[in-house]
Amino acid sequence: MSEPLSLLTATGVAKRFGGVHALADVDFTIRQGEIYGLIGPNGAGKTTLFNVLTGIYARDEGEFLFDGEPLNDLKPNEVAARGIARTFQNIRLFANLSALENVMIGRHVRTHAGVFGAIARNARTRAEEKAIARRAYELLEYVGVSERANHLARHLPYGFQRRLEIARALATDPKLLALDEPAAGMNATETATLASLLHDIRRDGTTILLIEHDMKLVMGICDRVLVLDYGRKIAEGPAAEVRRNPAVIAAYLGGDIELDVEHG
Amino acid sequence: MRLLFDRSKNPRIAWVGIALMTLALLALPFALASVGTAWVRITNLAILYCFLALGLNIVVGFAGLLDLGYIAFYAVGAYVYALLASPHFNLHLPFWIILPIGAAVACLFGVLLGTPTLKLRGDYLAIVTLGFGEIVRIFLNNLSQPVNITNGPQGVYMIDPFRIGSFSFAQRQTIGGLDFSGPVKYYYLLLAALLIAIMVNLRLQDSRIGRAWEAIREDEIAARAMGINTRNMKLLAFAMGASFGGIAGGMFSAIQGFISPESFILVESVMVLSMVVLGGMGNVFGVVLGALLLSFIPEVLRYTVGPVQQAVFGRTLIDPEVTRMLLFGFALVLMMLFRPAGIWPSALRKRELEAGRT
Repeated sequence: MSEPLSLLTATGVAKRFGGVHALADVDFTIRQGEIYGLIGPNGAGKTTLFNVLTGIYARDEGEFLFDGEPLNDLKPNEVAARGIARTFQNIRLFANLSALENVMIGRHVRTHAGVFGAIARNARTRAEEKAIARRAYELLEYVGVSERANHLARHLPYGFQRRLEIARALATDPKLLALDEPAAGMNATETATLASLLHDIRRDGTTILLIEHDMKLVMGICDRVLVLDYGRKIAEGPAAEVRRNPAVIAAYLGGDIELDVEHG
Repeated sequence: MRLLFDRSKNPRIAWVGIALMTLALLALPFALASVGTAWVRITNLAILYCFLALGLNIVVGFAGLLDLGYIAFYAVGAYVYALLASPHFNLHLPFWIILPIGAAVACLFGVLLGTPTLKLRGDYLAIVTLGFGEIVRIFLNNLSQPVNITNGPQGVYMIDPFRIGSFSFAQRQTIGGLDFSGPVKYYYLLLAALLIAIMVNLRLQDSRIGRAWEAIREDEIAARAMGINTRNMKLLAFAMGASFGGIAGGMFSAIQGFISPESFILVESVMVLSMVVLGGMGNVFGVVLGALLLSFIPEVLRYTVGPVQQAVFGRTLIDPEVTRMLLFGFALVLMMLFRPAGIWPSALRKRELEAGRT
């Protein structure tokens, strides 16, 4: 069996805020087609890593190699164009636009109509518009929000908003889908729906990077896990191994107890 | 409106509606002229304000960039026209050449304003744009020395009207037994321009570009994460809005025949912004309605405040000019209290209600 292809490789990534080392010397590799978990106690630097990866923060050191090419000093929109789409820890939908429009905006980066096309509304623009709407609707169906396609995003129930944000990210045709705590605040049923959605997304060919606090979800669906603590990598590997790693247990519980995922 | 113009649902009623509306708009200047030519002029200015408000709507309503100096682009367009078609430089270029030049120059000014303000939002952007508007006005006021470019506070006069060959928009003419005065001719031209502006606005809004603007308005960080080049899109919004202002300015110059920096003071910017906000930010027809109301209400008050005081008290207690602005301000406050989203808010909420019922 050949070594699985790596999609994203980080080497020595560091980010400082003043004197605080939010990230220090972080290395990891995400393989093509896996669900890669990113865990760690609060303030460990998970979201900072997301922001550095997606170009919202400039990193201080290190580099990312994405899909064979470096991902250096790109702006967030350029990162999205390269094929990394993300969601946000505190949902950031376009609140006063409909669910469908939210997803249609996700198609922006893969479509081309400009001002003159918009005003002239020529055959090419009309065809593109149609394709955008069709694809957006398909994605709403895919995540299970299509029955509320015309509702304003801010009026959707919480679980729908989370899934809508995923649909919007998928609309950019990403190679890597980066999810920042998608299960936060969800009940058990909603989390189960989410887990099966993530399985579907992976099955359909998109690699997933997942920040999550819900250990049961992480251990259940992630192939491999990276653990951060105080901005440093303390463990990386298959979920089952990481879970027994003493450093990880210490970081989470301050003691040598095995993480109890069966009842957690 | 929906019912009248939705051709897909009810084609016959829609066509009758459109026909009636067209007829009414065509006959309007003659009805107004019978009351007094002044009212045709007032209507023309109102249409010009609609045009301006539609331009500002692109910046404020679609992209959510608060611009308090919008009148500067109007001024730029007006001065470009005035300088290229008046005895001031003894240039008399035809209007179909100058209007695009005016739009292009205003567009350039739009980018000039947009570039340094890309990182600003809300209040901060409002302050910078306000300053920009004042800078432009002060420049126009002072560019009479050492080289006389704008003729300073005296303004530019004897500006050419629109002319196509021997057909002048300023001259009274009898065509087919109907008496067309200058303002009536301009009315038709302005109406055509307004209809084009409405169409451009509607099409822009319902396009990839319009959605990108709305995304920036709603959440700039999320918009960037979705791959929208927010820098280019914001500059585009400024440039588009400014072009509208530039064209409106050119038309203003030609219609008035005289312009001075006085016409482009801060209050004018505030007025146009009020039209957009009052009518319903982001909704094209709401903005047009807002512009019409805010153009006509002060004029109606001008003609009624004095006589009403005469009738009630037997004499004029308060200067009509003062009362007019007082009542006007009062009306604005009331409207904002009772309809904060504007008189005619954007269709989204309505659409959502419809969806909620099914």
